[in-house]
Amino acid sequence: MAMVETRANAPGGRKFRVDLQVLGPILALVLLIVIGTILNPDFLAPRNITNVLSRSAFIGIIAVGMTFVITAGGLDLSVGSMTAFIAGLMILLMNALIPALGSGWATIAIGMGAGVIIGALLGAANGLLITRMGIEAFIVTLGSMVIFRSLVTWLANGGTISLNFALGNIYEPVYYGGLFGLRWPIIVFAVVAVLGEITMRHTAFGRHCAAIGSNAQVARFSAVHVERVRLMTYVLLGLLVGLASVLYVPRLGSASNTTGLLWELETIAAVIIGGTLLKGGFGRVWGTVVGVLILGLIDNILNLTDLVSPYLNGAIQGVIIILAVVLQRARKATR
Amino acid sequence: MTLADAPLKSKTSAAPGPVQPVLALRGVDRSFGPIQILHDINIELYPGEVHALIGENGAGKSTTMKIMSGYLAPTKGAVELDGKPVTFALSREAEAQGVTLIHQEFNLAQLLPVEQNIFLGHELKRGWFLDHPTMRAQTRALLARLETPIDPRTKVSDISVPEKQMVEIAKALSRDARVLIMDEPTAALTTRETDVLFRQIERLRAEGVAILYTSHKLDEVAKIADKITVMRDGRLVVTAGRGEMTVDQMAEAMVGRELSGMFPPKRPAPDAEPVLEVSGLSVGSLVRNVSFRLGRGEILGFAGLVGSGRTELMEGLIGVRHTTGSVTINGKLTHIHSVEAAMKAGIVYLPEDRKEHGLILTQDMRRNLTLLALKKFTRGLINKAAEEAALDRSISDFDIRAPEREVLVGNLSGGNQQKLLLAKIMLAEPQIVIIDEPTRGIDVGTKQQFYGFIHGLIDGGHSVIVVSSEMTEVIGLCDRVVVMRHGQIAGELSGTEVCEDMIVRLAMGLDRKDNGNG
Repeated sequence: MAMVETRANAPGGRKFRVDLQVLGPILALVLLIVIGTILNPDFLAPRNITNVLSRSAFIGIIAVGMTFVITAGGLDLSVGSMTAFIAGLMILLMNALIPALGSGWATIAIGMGAGVIIGALLGAANGLLITRMGIEAFIVTLGSMVIFRSLVTWLANGGTISLNFALGNIYEPVYYGGLFGLRWPIIVFAVVAVLGEITMRHTAFGRHCAAIGSNAQVARFSAVHVERVRLMTYVLLGLLVGLASVLYVPRLGSASNTTGLLWELETIAAVIIGGTLLKGGFGRVWGTVVGVLILGLIDNILNLTDLVSPYLNGAIQGVIIILAVVLQRARKATR
Repeated sequence: MTLADAPLKSKTSAAPGPVQPVLALRGVDRSFGPIQILHDINIELYPGEVHALIGENGAGKSTTMKIMSGYLAPTKGAVELDGKPVTFALSREAEAQGVTLIHQEFNLAQLLPVEQNIFLGHELKRGWFLDHPTMRAQTRALLARLETPIDPRTKVSDISVPEKQMVEIAKALSRDARVLIMDEPTAALTTRETDVLFRQIERLRAEGVAILYTSHKLDEVAKIADKITVMRDGRLVVTAGRGEMTVDQMAEAMVGRELSGMFPPKRPAPDAEPVLEVSGLSVGSLVRNVSFRLGRGEILGFAGLVGSGRTELMEGLIGVRHTTGSVTINGKLTHIHSVEAAMKAGIVYLPEDRKEHGLILTQDMRRNLTLLALKKFTRGLINKAAEEAALDRSISDFDIRAPEREVLVGNLSGGNQQKLLLAKIMLAEPQIVIIDEPTRGIDVGTKQQFYGFIHGLIDGGHSVIVVSSEMTEVIGLCDRVVVMRHGQIAGELSGTEVCEDMIVRLAMGLDRKDNGNG
């Protein structure tokens, strides 16, 4: 046969390896749930689960967008400070609108709309610098990360930007309320995740992202508008950051320079744990969702039990991130 | 025995009479897992002898070369150096013994200068510091010996493919290579560059270096090799001396059946209206003021040296490069500035470099196949069933042989990759098909099949442009050939004028033939 030379070591092993690759994150998640249940019987109580999920929802919504950016060979370090900046702007805008529109849903609706639009614009700014100016994504978003963080600190004058109290009370149900016992952030996260998964697997956009991340030249010769698709991934991510901000503001009713701190790292970590390749070319949204849940559960378990100090949360997350990449490497080596 | 015991022979020991082989394989078997790739291979390389190893892709040539150069160990049998069995634990040990393999895809650090590449891992030092002046001087001397006048300080990424080849050879020579094993050294070279390489090979032969090389270009093999070994399905078929085998016999030995004519009978270009008219087209400074026409149902050839602007011209035509000038398709002036626009205008392009521009090696066949024409499979969501059906059709239409349906394209053989690539661009249902280097690095059997496909395109009502550095290919396929030189059209040949001599003269600038309007 013509192909023995190049693939002689491949037969047989592939199926099994792929299965492991698919099952890995899920097994880790199941393991965590089992451990959590053993350590604390309250772990599976609806209240706790709701808690974990609504806290994870922000990271989750952003991580779905990040999956597309990374799959297309990009990266965005600015999402955490972008959240803070958008939240700050939203609050300032809504407070400023009260004299004109009063403390009601009209003001809030404009604030929410503005949040999403600002997010898309900030994402577009990142994306344009990366695609049109040809600057590396790491550099651009490192710069914008610092800029957004600085701007929100400046807007807050070094302190906290607070939403008008009356308005805050009206807005509150957007985080704490919900449908069928599920809070809004959880519902939105679920919808975003499902749409994201469909987009990644079953649309030309998702296919193009993977093609660009694998080999941008091949994509270009295959009639893919490489720069446009790349730009769109950043716009999509910005839009989702805006959406996360819209859900985040009613939670505390304020924004400060610690809002969204290190979210970029948690987001990227979730994407990588979920099996998306950091160098691009392959991404899966459901994996990212599992990654988000894993990170959220670790945090929760450490908080519920006193086996390990919650201060070690970061260390454990770090180990898991590195482990996930080691497993990816192992897969590549056997390929 | 240890490697150090192997006596170093002087390079000038190429004396006449019975000489001991410098490197030999004795009854070598090699298996990967349960699959046996090599069966009882016996090859002897003598000092001052050029030995050609030929065979179809997958015949076991690469594995044989890897065993000779210490990249792989034999499962059974022995590698003998100077008559004594050796075990190269690493390719580095083989290199230290003067056995060097030059890979088809070069092992050069693109961002380092030539001189640092040549001494990579063997840097000359003075005390704790690198001895740059000496390394530079030695590099310069080596390159001068190889008639390759490039500055040792040039980055490897800035030099041409044949120059990279020479740098690889210089690297081997700097390590006192006694055995030079080259994997398809001429695959990426034009005739003229090949001639330079062969002069170097002859020089090395005169110096007593033993050379083993593989090539798909059998006429070359007939010209340069002192000895020819043919492999098929992991076995040696025959070893013959110079002149003992004709090119046809070589091809038959490789394929194991008779090859009656590589090319389907040529058909003269139909006297139809032109489907494509290009006039005054320029691509930066790479292609200047090019005009030509392509008739409906014609196979038009583009010949010329590598770097003569052929590929750049085609990339301009499909909108990958910015162009000035006019392109008329079916009598309608058309502006193309993206691959998508080209596709809409009915032009598709099969790139010269299938691994960098053609296929995504880390994805499966289905995704690769439909990437260009994905719109046809998408109505909001991608219709996977339609994709699978298209893959079925392509597999049978183009005889793509894959070990399994889900295989990553990088694990297909070159020939099957090329077939998949052709299937991919044909899914766009084009009018005009541009094929750049249709058969680079694919074996004889598949080549013949590919030529059949190209004729099939014509039968299907398509018009084809074939860009090729392989003279026989252009001559065998095309009734009309445009020859390019230095970014311009040096001349156009048709009918009986299409012959090797005329093409070479035009490509080298020895002759200028006016094409109509001058």
